[in-house]
Amino acid sequence: MPEVLDPSIIALYVFVLACFIGYWVVWGVTPSLHTPLVALTNAISGIVLVGALLVAGDPQAGILAQLIGFIAVLLASINVFGGFLVTHRMLSMFKKKK
Amino acid sequence: MDFTVNHQALAYLVAAILFILGLKGLTHPSTARRGNVYGMLGMLIAVVATLLSREVQSYGFIIAGMTGGAVIGTILAQRIQMTAMPQLVAALHSFVGLAAVLVAIGTFIKTASPGAVMMGELSAGVIIGAITFTGSVIAFGKLQGLLSGAPVKFTGQHLLNAAMGLATIALGVYFALTGSVWALALMTLLALIIGVTLIIPIGGADMPVVISMLNSYSGWAAAATGFTLHNDLLIIVGALVGCSGAILSYIMCKAMNRSIINVVFGGFGSDDAVGDSAGAQAAEKGVKSAAVEDAVYWMEDANRVIIIPGYGMAVAQAQHSLKELMELLEARGVEVKFAIHPVAGRMPGHMNVLLAEADIPYDRVLEMDEINPDFPSTDVVLVVGANDVVNPAAKEDKTSPIYGMPILEAGRARQVYFLKRSMRPGYSGVDNLLFYQENTSLVFGDAKDTIDGMNNALKGGGH
Repeated sequence: MPEVLDPSIIALYVFVLACFIGYWVVWGVTPSLHTPLVALTNAISGIVLVGALLVAGDPQAGILAQLIGFIAVLLASINVFGGFLVTHRMLSMFKKKK
Repeated sequence: MDFTVNHQALAYLVAAILFILGLKGLTHPSTARRGNVYGMLGMLIAVVATLLSREVQSYGFIIAGMTGGAVIGTILAQRIQMTAMPQLVAALHSFVGLAAVLVAIGTFIKTASPGAVMMGELSAGVIIGAITFTGSVIAFGKLQGLLSGAPVKFTGQHLLNAAMGLATIALGVYFALTGSVWALALMTLLALIIGVTLIIPIGGADMPVVISMLNSYSGWAAAATGFTLHNDLLIIVGALVGCSGAILSYIMCKAMNRSIINVVFGGFGSDDAVGDSAGAQAAEKGVKSAAVEDAVYWMEDANRVIIIPGYGMAVAQAQHSLKELMELLEARGVEVKFAIHPVAGRMPGHMNVLLAEADIPYDRVLEMDEINPDFPSTDVVLVVGANDVVNPAAKEDKTSPIYGMPILEAGRARQVYFLKRSMRPGYSGVDNLLFYQENTSLVFGDAKDTIDGMNNALKGGGH
């Protein structure tokens, strides 16, 4: 039987490589946009919504888990909507001289 | 056609690319809005691909949760004042942290027989999420003024934190090996407490670092959740956000010439120092105080004026008055620029957003390294609610706690006018050497009132 790679190792690969991408991309961000950067990263870290959906939307999980999932969906959605909209609001204020 | 896990993984890949492009967009203000749109698209694809998966079967809770979140999030985003952005961000970080904890616990409940590796990953998610949650709540409390901004310190604090940290990790390992619910509960509780004890000793002036750190934690929490769920998108996004926050923390620390260790454990800075009778103190210490008219007199015939805003500008909501001042001076042929220190305000880039809100074009707003060479050829510098970031002690006084911190070299201009409420020192508690310089005068009063006074003088009189 051939050896099978543990999925956690693949996850580790993905994680480490993503850290490198993050490192290079974020160093390019201009300091004047650091507040929108925090707001945008905040919005996209609302990606835990994906995990929350999997808990809240699984009827086999039981009502307790689904309720916990519901609260997580609510919180993560506040982040997603609040984060992207406030980033948009801020970025629309950055204008050049007319 | 059935929507398989492979389709889902491909959709997640597209979402991940969109998130990376989104962050990349923030390289320049002209591409930033498009970057935000990429981010939204990525999120949309990620959510739809998840909803289509076979794991998601019932939609009642999801619709209720997302609708509620959309309404609350939209209201928050629209109502929030730009000066209160640090508080909003802290609140949102706390939500990510709590959501990560809940997802981990929910996943534990719904998984029939979780393995040791998964429970270990789950522990990491719970610990990081819980610390992010309570840490952000404390940061929010400090920023909102619900808690004192002063560092809270007691003897044995670091020892206690270290002991709790070790106990939490030990409980996490024990939980991973045995699946004990009690270990999970106790571990969660301890991590929640650590979040409080970790942030409570950090002072108000170090908030830009705290915000960046919590930003980073919220990313690592998402990544840990990704490991638990074997969800590569969460891992990628978590890593991106975690790195972003870590880089910002590094930049903020460097701008204060302090190490992250020093910020986390050092705890200097208070919001609550009270200054008494500003004028009297000023005279006693041998500084000059000036009237609004003096400053106006020098500014209206100047070739170049540089304005240095700090947190005091945000508190006084003086950004709109500054915009008017800029226009009035420009109408008289004066070149006006704004100089921003990296740690001005309560979060990275705080001042830039406030100036943008007041419609001040971003090409007038310069970073420290760009503008420092301009000070010697500047006629008037107007310091509005900033302090430590222009203190020459950082360059000259080796015994000063802020020695080595890069500063805006305001003192090299011909005239410096400090708009100040009182004689109290900056957040570092260090006296500002610039006050005693020959070319410096202090204008006491509320920043907004003072600038409005300048604007009236410029509009009314004129020579």
